[in-house]
Amino acid sequence: MEFLNQTAQYVISGLATGAIYALIGLSFAIIFNSTGIINFAQGEFVMLGGVLTIFSIATLQLPIVAAVVVAVAVTTLVGVLFERLAIRPLKDATPLALIIITIGASILIRGLVMLLWGKDTQALPAFSGNDPIDFAGATLLPQHLWIFGVTILVIVGCRLFFHHTISGKAMRACSFNRRAANLVGISVGRMVLLSFVISSALGSLAGVIIAPLTMTSYDVGIMLGLKGFCAAIMGGMGSGFGTVLGGLILGILESLGAGLISSGYKDAIAFFILLLILFIRPQGLFKKGETDRV
Amino acid sequence: MKKLITTALVSFSLCCLSSAALAAAPIKIGALFAVTGPASFLGEPERNSAQMVVDEINRTGGIKGRKLELIAYDTGGDATKAVQLANRLIKNDHVVAIVGPSTTGDTMAVIPVVERAQIPLISCSAGIKITEPVKRNVFKTAQNDTLAVARIYQQLKKEKKNKVALLTVSDSFGSSGREQLKSQAARYGMQIISDDTYGPKDTDMTAQLTKIRGSQAQAVICWGTNPGPAVVARNAKQLGLALPLYMSHGVSSKKFIDLAGEAAEGVRLPSGKVLVADLLPKSDKQKTALLSYVKDYQRHFKAEGDHFGGHAWDAVMMLKGAIERGGDTPAGIRNALEATRGFAGIGGVFNYSPKDHAGLTQDAFVLVEVKNRDWMLVK
Repeated sequence: MEFLNQTAQYVISGLATGAIYALIGLSFAIIFNSTGIINFAQGEFVMLGGVLTIFSIATLQLPIVAAVVVAVAVTTLVGVLFERLAIRPLKDATPLALIIITIGASILIRGLVMLLWGKDTQALPAFSGNDPIDFAGATLLPQHLWIFGVTILVIVGCRLFFHHTISGKAMRACSFNRRAANLVGISVGRMVLLSFVISSALGSLAGVIIAPLTMTSYDVGIMLGLKGFCAAIMGGMGSGFGTVLGGLILGILESLGAGLISSGYKDAIAFFILLLILFIRPQGLFKKGETDRV
Repeated sequence: MKKLITTALVSFSLCCLSSAALAAAPIKIGALFAVTGPASFLGEPERNSAQMVVDEINRTGGIKGRKLELIAYDTGGDATKAVQLANRLIKNDHVVAIVGPSTTGDTMAVIPVVERAQIPLISCSAGIKITEPVKRNVFKTAQNDTLAVARIYQQLKKEKKNKVALLTVSDSFGSSGREQLKSQAARYGMQIISDDTYGPKDTDMTAQLTKIRGSQAQAVICWGTNPGPAVVARNAKQLGLALPLYMSHGVSSKKFIDLAGEAAEGVRLPSGKVLVADLLPKSDKQKTALLSYVKDYQRHFKAEGDHFGGHAWDAVMMLKGAIERGGDTPAGIRNALEATRGFAGIGGVFNYSPKDHAGLTQDAFVLVEVKNRDWMLVK
């Protein structure tokens, strides 16, 4: 019984962390699909979401809802500026060059935040209290429900957007074949911008809802970004649902690994899985071969 | 025109030189702190405190009429940079003594440099290797990890608890603590039930704590610096873990209580006395120094003075004493430092001797507990 309870707790904790990875993974996948680049500044958007919310509450004295809106809006603006100033001017750059630019941008954003808001870790108050909820022999916090809820909403929202709206379909068209999309009159540039808007908004939203649990500081984005990247790779860098599953599996494996095997190898387990997938199934766990995409 | 400017410049610089020669030259002391980088939580308050003390000494007339000049460099917590900067302090700036560095890694790298140049160094880092074995010119002000571990084990022994679960962060601070916790366990009759770690950037430790909850442990000892221990405290509360939770002196600042919130209640940790300065009995030798440090730091930096900054305060104050007694040569300062006895500073009461360059005993640490979002002394 004790073992069962423990395992239930590992799985629940893993799901909660996994949902965060899934959200970040999704925002990786969205930019990758429309531009072919992996935006390593994604973790910084997550960090900005948390840091800006705390700043809005503590310094600007805004109520929490307004603070979240401000944080997401400002981060989205940063995403737009980033695309306009650093990605768009380099029309014919190779994806590799663009990826290196995103790494540069992440260092810049991190440095600016450190100078503006200092190096201290800060905590955001939980949205609806800190009383643990018992669930199947395990405990979770109300904040975990927020994370699950937002993740589900985002998945459903993404599904609707990418499959049932013109803009969403146009973005998918760009991801399949930019040239062809351009030929049928889709403005690829605008779609790229839109992908940055969506993914920076998503990233910052993830940052906001996890800030009460994980706390936040200028350098919180690096590890979260990497884990989100893992999730996206597991999902094959594209299919929305695959990325979510990838994130959840990663979270559960980490938590089971730390609990049942050894906590020292927690991150090693995650990155070992990442390498394994890159070697054996570079197209992702849940995707059939490339030919099916067209 | 060009000639005119040259003449003006030459006469100006001559002017400066002569006026500098008239007043007694300041005594230059160097400082190496990790003001940026992962150890900035040490380096920043240390640099602030050192500068504050030097300014204060100069404001009250300096040492025997001569001003002190603090030349502080930022090592960024990088040992290679620390060595370069130490060389620069010695060769270019001609300092008579060095305060810092902030981390054990930086200090170990700098030791050969100061030993060769025979410049006294007062390190602000805790590693036991720094002063054991004793190096001729190397002193330190930070309390050994050993003392903090001993303080926790003593308390557990008093409460007749002997099964502990360790949860340490996987960086140099955590692994040094883990080593000490394991090596001293036998001496206090402690049995280590489980030995888990977490990453410095981890955001969820429920897995490790769930494992501990299912074990026979009677207490949890978590060794890390913010924000990890705050997450551990929150996770422990979430899981309803009923075991007493002990932390290290690495989180002994108000910041920890802010981050952990309600979950901090009941957490115990060994700390320098600075946290509970106002609660100490009047008979405590350190009380005066502690209260004035806390007040000054608050006035200058609008922040709470913590015991990390205190390491630098102690270093500069002892250096001041050594210069007063031993003169302004490196050799004189070294000998006077070694003869420091009964200096009641922030970190404790220091008694240096030819055999002991750390100078502190176990009573440098008090055990504190969080109650109503503040620190209380554990009796």
